[in-house]
Amino acid sequence: MTDKATITLTINGKDYAIAVEPRRTLADAIREDCGQTGTHIGCEHGVCGACTVIVDDAPVRSCLMFAVQAEGKNIRTVEGLANGDTLHPMQQAFMDNHGLQCGFCTPGFLMLAVGVLEREPNISDEDLIDVLSSNLCRCTGYQNIIKSVRAAAQEMRK
Amino acid sequence: MSAHTKGSGGDGMKWVGRSIRRLEDPALVQGRGRFTGDLPSARWVRFVRSPNAAGTIKSITAPEGAMVITAADIKGVKKITPMLHKFNYKPVGQPILADGEVRFVGEAVAAVVAASEEEAEDIADLVEIEIEDTAAVVDGRAAIEDGARQIHPEAPGNVILKGEAKTPGFDDVWATAAKIIRCDARSHRQNATPMEARAAHAAYDPVSGRITLHCTAQMPHLMRTAIADCIGMPESDLRVIAPDVGGGFGQKMSLCTEYVLVTWLARHLKTSVAWTEDRRENLIASFHSRDQYVTLEGAFDKDAKLIALRADVLSNVGAYSCFPTTCGVEPLMAMAEMPGPYDVQQYQCLARGVLTNTCTMAAYRGVSRPVITFTLERLMDKAAKAFAVDPIDIRRRNLITQFPYKSAMGLEYDEASYRETMEIAVEAINMPAFRARQQLARDKGEYLGIGFATFSERTGYGSPAFAARGMAITPGWETVHVTVDPSGFVEARIGSSPHGQGLRTTLAQIIADEIGVPPEMIKVIHGDTDTAPYGWGTFASRSLVISGGATLIAARKIRAKLLKIAGHMLEAAETDIVLEDGKAKVAGTDRDISIAAMAREAYTQTHRFKGEIEPGLTESGTYDPPGTFSNACHVALVRLDAETGHVKVERYLVAEDAGRIINPMIADGQVHGGVAQGIGNALLEEIIYDESGAILTANLADYMPPTAHEIPSIELHHMETLSTQSITKAKGLGEGGTIGPPAAVLNAINDALTPFGVEIDTIPATPQRIRALLRNAERAT
Ligand code: FES
Ligand code: FES
Repeated sequence: MTDKATITLTINGKDYAIAVEPRRTLADAIREDCGQTGTHIGCEHGVCGACTVIVDDAPVRSCLMFAVQAEGKNIRTVEGLANGDTLHPMQQAFMDNHGLQCGFCTPGFLMLAVGVLEREPNISDEDLIDVLSSNLCRCTGYQNIIKSVRAAAQEMRK
Repeated sequence: MSAHTKGSGGDGMKWVGRSIRRLEDPALVQGRGRFTGDLPSARWVRFVRSPNAAGTIKSITAPEGAMVITAADIKGVKKITPMLHKFNYKPVGQPILADGEVRFVGEAVAAVVAASEEEAEDIADLVEIEIEDTAAVVDGRAAIEDGARQIHPEAPGNVILKGEAKTPGFDDVWATAAKIIRCDARSHRQNATPMEARAAHAAYDPVSGRITLHCTAQMPHLMRTAIADCIGMPESDLRVIAPDVGGGFGQKMSLCTEYVLVTWLARHLKTSVAWTEDRRENLIASFHSRDQYVTLEGAFDKDAKLIALRADVLSNVGAYSCFPTTCGVEPLMAMAEMPGPYDVQQYQCLARGVLTNTCTMAAYRGVSRPVITFTLERLMDKAAKAFAVDPIDIRRRNLITQFPYKSAMGLEYDEASYRETMEIAVEAINMPAFRARQQLARDKGEYLGIGFATFSERTGYGSPAFAARGMAITPGWETVHVTVDPSGFVEARIGSSPHGQGLRTTLAQIIADEIGVPPEMIKVIHGDTDTAPYGWGTFASRSLVISGGATLIAARKIRAKLLKIAGHMLEAAETDIVLEDGKAKVAGTDRDISIAAMAREAYTQTHRFKGEIEPGLTESGTYDPPGTFSNACHVALVRLDAETGHVKVERYLVAEDAGRIINPMIADGQVHGGVAQGIGNALLEEIIYDESGAILTANLADYMPPTAHEIPSIELHHMETLSTQSITKAKGLGEGGTIGPPAAVLNAINDALTPFGVEIDTIPATPQRIRALLRNAERAT
């Protein structure tokens, strides 16, 4: 059970050579083996979406993927969203519209929303709520998350 | 948001009242938050939990060579025994690891310690616990039946707490009633479900011998006191840090056995030891809430005026009493606050806390009031029906309009706006238009309903309120230290411990107005017992009122000192000096000096102030207010699908009065979040036990917190009745959002159900429950 596989994960453009058990989830590998703790774990069973990261341009739940499956793929996490000191429009919109309270679900929502809007910049309001309902937030009541993502969508279209 | 003001109006403040962006956000949106689970550790703990709800532990077998800790290993560690000196309270102790007997599914029986989380998990799977099973007592009513098995010998009949109240003229007035209206309400068990589950990380420092415990706590100082007490260690050897905390909602307020054990292990093994709770553990073994049966009867006179109220509150408190509030947290608050916003001077109540073989019950956002409000508001709607008056009208006849008001239980209500907030809501809703739409829909076989809920929320109460309950631990006051450092930057060290409420920003706004520096120059330091003053943390909608008050007191002292310094340095009368834009200015002149320059002098040139001020620029404020009452009217508009029993909340409106609003954006966010939890409580969320005491809802797909789909857009209207019981004039609002929805949504569902002649008085009002009612109705016709 403890045989480890040596793999390289590419997170935010940087390579991490790590040794993990085949059963290790991508979420655990990102957090513990690569030290990128911005990605959070809220359930480990694929319901809450706190662990959402972008893998090869699609938002995925990193608790439902094994680290070994992510080898050779391009992984983006919340730590890589900002461009130096300039925040991503999504991060800025969450701050401007009070889209976060405790901030625990926030990295997952940011990655989910960025991943979706990059693929579908003109997403309808209805579809947007559909997508956002795949992650859970216990603080904001979603009102300001929806508002933030709409504001960022406008900004990203520019 | 629209604002309505009642009271003295604004004081020309520059920062208070503005929706400035939160100072906490830049780190959090960049993934730079620091949460307990982010810390690396040398050792990891996995708890082995009881699969049985009740029984005797026969043996615990650990795999060869594994480190497995059981009750026998921690003999010197004290049980957690919360105390209450009243209400026939029977103290029962909770062992840190089950000792001889197990009392609920999920109770920690052993702790495995290993080098990694995975290894600890693997070993835990191999630990064998043999338990001789006994029949479990799961339901609150079953627990008080004759012959029910005793959960603890100390509490005969399983009643751990019993409060009784009756006003002297009750029986006489009751006898004169024109109608007695009754509501039998049931609230099922719920879980606060913060997105971050609990976590603890204890590290031993070989140089000082001290332990630093990072944990997900709402009350770090009291955790330190209680844990040191259990373990029997000097309290000053323990430092407790609540770093970024991913929501608490009351669940992270109580002391949990796991933190005691993790701290004990770090001390014992002289290394770092960590535990991160998984979601299943959180759902079965953290703390639950809301599990209650409430029978409420109202005596009304012929004009539909409530003249007497009788309540029977039965709370299933689980297997133990929680620390520090004790299991009185729900039943005793229900007893004290049941009459809510209604004017009724005759009152009788029996409130009981009963023990069962279920997870311990503790505070959850709204505490008791979501249930009492839902019961009381159902009673009002039932009475309206019985008297054939409008639901709004019956409230008009009964809401308190004269302040201050002394309740039948002796609580002093300060100025509030029960009637006014309801009228704002009524106007915004346009009832005639809704009724017409409802009729049209009904004709097409579609069922719409509207429900109102008015309530008062006791907030910001100081130590006397807890003392009145007879609590051994009486939280209430807060202390704040405000320092202007020699560079002119400001820090405020607070005893409160926010976890998402934006307190760093709102307190900075209060200070900014007093001493004239912008909020970005002010740091609020909290959640660390080494760097923040002793205080009670964040719960019960208290922080902005109490910590805010203490902050204002300290900031005013700093202001007085700055004015003195400026007077000397600018050679002007203090009364001519204004503090703004980071400067002291002499009014009507162009003379000014920066606060940074004055701060430098306060430390380095103390001789210049001729002994008139103490050296340095630190001041303290302590505040222990009597408490105040926020209030609101919530309105839910629902669509009921009679085929499936599914309810959709189509519109939700809140007219709220929380006194002065320091930051409207943050205030609105608090209300939104509360309403969403309340809608979840009303429609979806339920911890389900089977008869054997096993939990059937141990993941988030079965225990269903609402998603963006279930929450409609929430319309907010604010009133600001400036409180005389709070020096910032702010009333608390952290919980308010959660209190109204069960009542408003249930009343709305029942309005929609009118054509079927059935009613539902149970939360959550799930499709299954609604369908069962409709099926019975179909059968009956
Ligand atoms: S942690 Fe991955 S979905 Fe919850
Ligand atoms: S902000 Fe706290 S869970 Fe979303």
